[in-house]
Amino acid sequence: MPLVFLSPIILCGKFVAPGKMADRPVPIAEKRLMDVKLGELGKWLGGRDFTPNGIIAASRRGYDRYYNKYINVKKGGIGGIAMLLAGYVAISYLWEYDHIKHDRWRKYH
Amino acid sequence: MMLNYFDQFASPIFLGVPLIALALTLPWLLFPTPSTRWLSNRLTSTQGMFISTFTQQLLLPVNKGGHKWALILISLMIFLVSLNMLGLMPYTFTPTTQLSMNLGLATPLWLATVIMGLHNQPTHALSHLLPEGTPTFLIPILIIIETISLIIRPLALGVRLTANLTAGHLLIQLIATAALVLLPLMPTVAFFTMILLFFLTLLEIAVAMIQAYVFVLLLSLYLQENI
Repeated sequence: MPLVFLSPIILCGKFVAPGKMADRPVPIAEKRLMDVKLGELGKWLGGRDFTPNGIIAASRRGYDRYYNKYINVKKGGIGGIAMLLAGYVAISYLWEYDHIKHDRWRKYH
Repeated sequence: MMLNYFDQFASPIFLGVPLIALALTLPWLLFPTPSTRWLSNRLTSTQGMFISTFTQQLLLPVNKGGHKWALILISLMIFLVSLNMLGLMPYTFTPTTQLSMNLGLATPLWLATVIMGLHNQPTHALSHLLPEGTPTFLIPILIIIETISLIIRPLALGVRLTANLTAGHLLIQLIATAALVLLPLMPTVAFFTMILLFFLTLLEIAVAMIQAYVFVLLLSLYLQENI
């Protein structure tokens, strides 16, 4: 009989005090950016890995997230690739802005 | 003043990095690695279909020894098609308009076919310098001409690609400028110019694909002769 009352605790696999089912607090540097509070932003930036390997790992993670959300889906549309190309055009414009502003200012072409 | 139309072929530098670096690495992002699953996503399946059809087409006339070249030829084709097509979008840079890059792609591959041919089967490779059935008195001249034609192949490959793409981009820029300037003055003429621009853009899309194809096809032909 007592085993019936203890079964939830036995099924959880560990002893938890009632009312405290939340996870242990995550260290600030390992949180995702959207979960970081504004005041903690400095600490978060300080704890991130800015070595070349770290940057490559972060770009790989970012690419995987984009790929798995928009392209690697059962019925992917043109949106996935279209966003990539639109971003490429925008970045190219930014890259060339210095040159393009001279075209605007020039009197004779 | 006159330099303006050719400025589009100078890669602008931002924060120390030229735009050509971004333009050259972008095609890598657009062709994701096929997964080990049986059914992949739509993008990978479409690309896979085009690539297998094209590979079959390209390697049909090449004998078995030449099939080792399949990977490099198809990668080259994908690279060139994507570079050319991406260059047609506004504000982007087309690396294949640079003669240096096209010669850099053409010369090593052509030289590889020639050296392989001369090393493995020198007689057969040299026999291509004299077509069958030429009259005897033409032989010396023809050998010289064929040798020159052989030497000039990498130059032709590179310059063909460069010239086609550069001319296309220049035409688009010129006609677009004309349409833009005419718009407040003579709207009807501007309208016809815009129709012309539309058809020119369609042509450029075709040229982009065709030129890449021709490049790779000729390389496979040179391979076929020499392998």
